[in-house]
Amino acid sequence: MNAENTPEVRTLSYAEAIREAMDIALAEDERVVLMGEDIGVYGGAFQVTGDLVEKYGETRVMDTPISELGGAGVAVGAALTGLRPIFEFQFSDFATLAMEQIVNQAAKLRYMLGGAVSVPVVMRFPAGSGTGAAAQHSQSLEAWLGHVPGLKVVQPSTPEDAKGLLLAALDDPDPVMIFEHKLLYKMQGPVPEGRYHTPIGKAAIRRVGSDLSIVATSIMAQKAIAAADELGKSGVEAEVIDLRTVRPMDRETVLASVRKTGRLLCVYEGVKTLGVGAEVSAMVAESDAFDFLDAPIVRLGGADAPIPYNPELEKAVVPQVPDIVEAAAALAQGRT
Amino acid sequence: MAGNPQMLDANTPYAVRSYSPEALIEALRKMYLIRRFEEGAEDSYMRGLIHGTMHLSIGQEASAVGSCMALSDNDKITSTHRGHGHCVAKGADLGKMFAEFFGKETGYCRGRGGSMHIADVEKGNLGANGIVGGGLPIAVGAALSAKRLGTGAVTVCFFGDGANNEGAFHEALNMAAVWKLPVVFVCENNKYGMSTSTERSTAVKNVAERAAAYAMPGETVDGNDFSAVTEAVDAAVARARAGEGPSLIENVTYRWRGHSKSDRNRYRTKEEIAEWQAKDPIARMGRMLIDHGILTETDLPKIEEEVAETVAEAIAFAKESPDPKIAEATRDVYTPATARGAAA
Repeated sequence: MNAENTPEVRTLSYAEAIREAMDIALAEDERVVLMGEDIGVYGGAFQVTGDLVEKYGETRVMDTPISELGGAGVAVGAALTGLRPIFEFQFSDFATLAMEQIVNQAAKLRYMLGGAVSVPVVMRFPAGSGTGAAAQHSQSLEAWLGHVPGLKVVQPSTPEDAKGLLLAALDDPDPVMIFEHKLLYKMQGPVPEGRYHTPIGKAAIRRVGSDLSIVATSIMAQKAIAAADELGKSGVEAEVIDLRTVRPMDRETVLASVRKTGRLLCVYEGVKTLGVGAEVSAMVAESDAFDFLDAPIVRLGGADAPIPYNPELEKAVVPQVPDIVEAAAALAQGRT
Repeated sequence: MAGNPQMLDANTPYAVRSYSPEALIEALRKMYLIRRFEEGAEDSYMRGLIHGTMHLSIGQEASAVGSCMALSDNDKITSTHRGHGHCVAKGADLGKMFAEFFGKETGYCRGRGGSMHIADVEKGNLGANGIVGGGLPIAVGAALSAKRLGTGAVTVCFFGDGANNEGAFHEALNMAAVWKLPVVFVCENNKYGMSTSTERSTAVKNVAERAAAYAMPGETVDGNDFSAVTEAVDAAVARARAGEGPSLIENVTYRWRGHSKSDRNRYRTKEEIAEWQAKDPIARMGRMLIDHGILTETDLPKIEEEVAETVAEAIAFAKESPDPKIAEATRDVYTPATARGAAA
């Protein structure tokens, strides 16, 4: 921050914003190390680490063998003993290979040891569909990890939050899982210079509206904004809440919006069944905000199917802007 | 008396040549402590004072204590579900261990972890682990920290023969070797992963042969011979400390008790158990110290008596300790905001 406390804001891509956060952390804190597959000279499968290895060397930006379980466990052990590792999964799908270390170790060590330790590990997961990579490279598994007490799970949807949430994750003493949507890596947006936090556990109201609340995660927050702009042309004013953090969920922001609009549409890319939107819906249904509902809650989520290869099929199994427009318009019908 | 230079020759066991009489007597005392601790735990379980289950390491005491001889509190260990011995060897307090067993607030994990999760971070014990192979990558991570932060710490990673067929074993050994990290992998081969023998589960005859696949030294030793264990692990620790990378030591030993409290011992014979009981590591250690004039026959009962007293006091402490508060059942899932300065 400069003397006036107003940092300069530039336009960066989501990937550049993440890289800038890691650059700041590596420069400021000797304990920070990056670990992952092909994050060194290759620059990462999605070029997120880029040239950081040239600046910080292979001891700070470490290529790991293709050993997700072992690599994640090394990060956990290192976090337990003084380092601040940022572990990149090449694709979020590969978390399936490392669930033991994430779920049994990282998430539980503090509790199992009666609070004697903290596990300040950050894990990054390039997630989501839309790249033609099919069923094993396109999943959205945030609800899996969001189900585990001990973890924090965030899903930035803008370059600014991608940087701010990563820096917040690094300053957090507990394990933070960051799900980055692969289609957002090239998204351009304003990013403040220097160090700042986007608070973990705090949703963002992206658009103010009075007719319905759309609670969306990750890239669906961007799609919801586009849908809301479209809806605005026909006089439907949607409030768009970007959840940003799946665990712990920002209950207050969601409930306040639902109390105001009386209508709730949840939009998320993960499989609809037992997904993040199910939790948002239940949270509203169990609260006083339920009394403010003028219509049943609606969820749009991923189909109950693996992500297919064919591009038209691939689009069809996750919510798109027209789907959101249609669902929101139907939900808003009959409003008073 | 002990350490008499005239008594030392090429046939003198490594441990007697390398450690002071005081250190050796302390090692024997710890081996007794482990055994009496576990017998006490077993007895408490039978009386219904402990719930859940437990995995006893009776018969494996030389491996636990011998492998920690060259370690200081700065050095780390990772342990297993059969980890009481490692915990005592690294200097844990028996009262806090029993209290954890009893589920008490005064236990090492404030009653949240139980037998399978006892850790003693101040003494460098990063914890037992309920997942077979779970501690292996964590140990490599601890060694990575030591190398990057220049702490000089060595990590001794205990695991059983069962873990050597987990993917985590292979991934961890490979990474430790690629990055030349200061870690010693100590396999306690007690011949059975629960009921399945190493002959039926493991393609190589000796687990230590697998070291060759990761370009590190591998050695199989008599895990019931305190001096043999110490000789092998000390050399591996020295190698790690000198920056020469990891080693794999296989301590061949035997658990006298079943895998856990549900074990009916259907996969092995009484004769086999008796045969291994005859190789009792504690009796052998006592004999070694007597043979080299470090102790006399009459010293042993005194040590045993003192250990029994310590165990009785520890059990009394645990019994008298308060239970955790129900209202605090979800405490320590996350680090409280007030503790963050310290954690950072």
